[in-house]
Amino acid sequence: MSVAELLEGRHVCVCAGSGGVGKTTVAAAVAMGMAARGLKVAVLTIDPAKRLATSLGLEGLDNVERQIPAEVFADHGLEMQGELWAMQLDAKRTWDDMIERRAPDRATRDAILANRIYQQLSTAVAGTTEYMALERLYELHEERRYDLLVLDTPPTRNALDFLDAPDRLSRFIDSRSLQLFLRPGILGVRAFGRGTGLMLAMLKRITGSDLLRDLSEFFGAFGDMAIGIRERARRVNALLADDRTVFLLVTSPRRDAIDEAIFFRRRLRESGMPFGAAVVNRVHEGVHETADGDDVVDDLVALLGPKLGRRVAHNFSDYRRIGERDRANVDRLARELRGDPLVPVPLLDDDVHDLGGLAAVAEHLFAEEAVPA
Amino acid sequence: MPGLIDKRLIFVAGKGGVGRTTVAASLGLAAAARGRRTIVCEVARQERVSRAFKREGVGFHETELATNLFAISIDPQESFEEFLAGQVGSRRLAGLLFHNRLFEYLAAATPGLRELATIGKVWELAQLERRAHLAAPYDLVIVDLPATGHGLAALRTPQTFGEIARVGPVRRRADSIDSFIRDPTQTGVLAVALPEEMPVTETIEFADALRRDMGMSVDLTVLNSMLPERFSAADAEAIERANGGHGAPAVAAALRAALSEHRRARANRAQLRRLRSAVDSEVITLPYLFEPDLGLEEWSRLSNDLERRL
Repeated sequence: MSVAELLEGRHVCVCAGSGGVGKTTVAAAVAMGMAARGLKVAVLTIDPAKRLATSLGLEGLDNVERQIPAEVFADHGLEMQGELWAMQLDAKRTWDDMIERRAPDRATRDAILANRIYQQLSTAVAGTTEYMALERLYELHEERRYDLLVLDTPPTRNALDFLDAPDRLSRFIDSRSLQLFLRPGILGVRAFGRGTGLMLAMLKRITGSDLLRDLSEFFGAFGDMAIGIRERARRVNALLADDRTVFLLVTSPRRDAIDEAIFFRRRLRESGMPFGAAVVNRVHEGVHETADGDDVVDDLVALLGPKLGRRVAHNFSDYRRIGERDRANVDRLARELRGDPLVPVPLLDDDVHDLGGLAAVAEHLFAEEAVPA
Repeated sequence: MPGLIDKRLIFVAGKGGVGRTTVAASLGLAAAARGRRTIVCEVARQERVSRAFKREGVGFHETELATNLFAISIDPQESFEEFLAGQVGSRRLAGLLFHNRLFEYLAAATPGLRELATIGKVWELAQLERRAHLAAPYDLVIVDLPATGHGLAALRTPQTFGEIARVGPVRRRADSIDSFIRDPTQTGVLAVALPEEMPVTETIEFADALRRDMGMSVDLTVLNSMLPERFSAADAEAIERANGGHGAPAVAAALRAALSEHRRARANRAQLRRLRSAVDSEVITLPYLFEPDLGLEEWSRLSNDLERRL
């Protein structure tokens, strides 16, 4: 079967994996392939290379989805029965929009937007970009304007950070308890344990009292909004676990990427997330199973002459070593998948960074035999 | 101005999967071979450097892996505790702070505090007069930064923090760190890229952002994993002519592999030219190694390559 069947009836496809494995490419190729088959699809990317946006006929992307014009596909000889939309996530904008929507009044809104702690939030609190990607995904899901949403997850240091994002945000929001304490003259000291008064004095000395005041103001202004945001984070988590969601785990065949993929697969299983398939991108394929350069050197010399023939044989041995490594790593991942599908995408001779390259990747993903039954 | 390897602190930056750790470790080996007491800092909890030396679990301890070569895995929490202990004058008192719930909240709520502690530890390692444990100074500190976007954020942390805290010892420390990492006589930046479209574009953008946001420049760009040029255009034509005319599958696979190598190596060179024309820094290359996994042996080979080019 193909990736198309794997995605049938799903509304959300999350492409997850460590950095540098071609997640953006796979996400865009999946979205393109499903759109070509007649669906209205939006792909949410975090950080597409500019060339990718340009090749999709878009001059840069922003926080709002835009449709890829049909003629762009026609120019590449591709048939597009549905619609492909793309969007680049802007974490700060998503935060600001959320504050705009949720603030009870203008004064609160302005106080939050102007607060120095808030202004550094989206850049400085780990996990906020990840959370905001999910927030935007949830928003689009609620609007129900698309048949399928494909999310290219942010390049986290560790693929797992992404799954923790909603919880981490909730914990952060919970620090509003600080506000209770930081307000002068409050009697909450006991709740925090002995020595707190002394500690607060020490903190003030170290961090400067205005930092504590800004924090207090920030959490004060956040007030009741925090409850709404926490509830929202809970629903975002529920959407990820929904059976109309599917996770594609993207990896490369290199050892460290495979290690991380195995770790991530376990984590998805533990948290009950709906797993679709592992996509192993850029596999050295088509290398002969048994023969080595030594076995073919005579034939090659006869064909190409001694000098070139030997070089081709030597190169073949090198490729075969890398091909074998890839196969061993892919097998290791396959064992961990316990029968769940694994889709290899071969290393293409041309670097994938335009629509033609995406189409080539999509061709492999959507081939009838792409997903072993 | 000292050359890159003569600086005290070198940040190794690059997108995920480009071989940052490989370059950081190879550079460390090259510096250690010159007799400089060198430490390689990892910040992503992966400990890939120490693992290659079969010394797993170095954690937050400066561990000697080879003559003149040390490694440490910098943990933000431990860095923060160490910093606070220095501020309050006692580990015990700092320990009390860390077990206080309010303090936990505060540390979680203050944007960039943990990140500041991480970069602060790097800075501390690079000081001639070390604050921690009267430790011996290093001649060179090499930092394997997180992937590009995050890497820049890490360098920007002291500045970010300065925008939040206006006064106090933390602010003063942030300012010292900031001026040290912006001082080109002390600190250098090495960018690592792969010879492919997106990583090269990211590297160009990183150099621009570094200049714009930090007023810093990339001292050296390493284009890693360059495929060797094994076949000339004429070779490729000859192989192309032979291709398809031969029935044995193994021979056909060998011909395809040669053509693939030729095309990819050529594309690599085109990316090298694009990178050279777009960045101000010197660009050097490291070869692609046809090895299943890179470890100490390969790093030594690459460090010799680096050594010749530095």
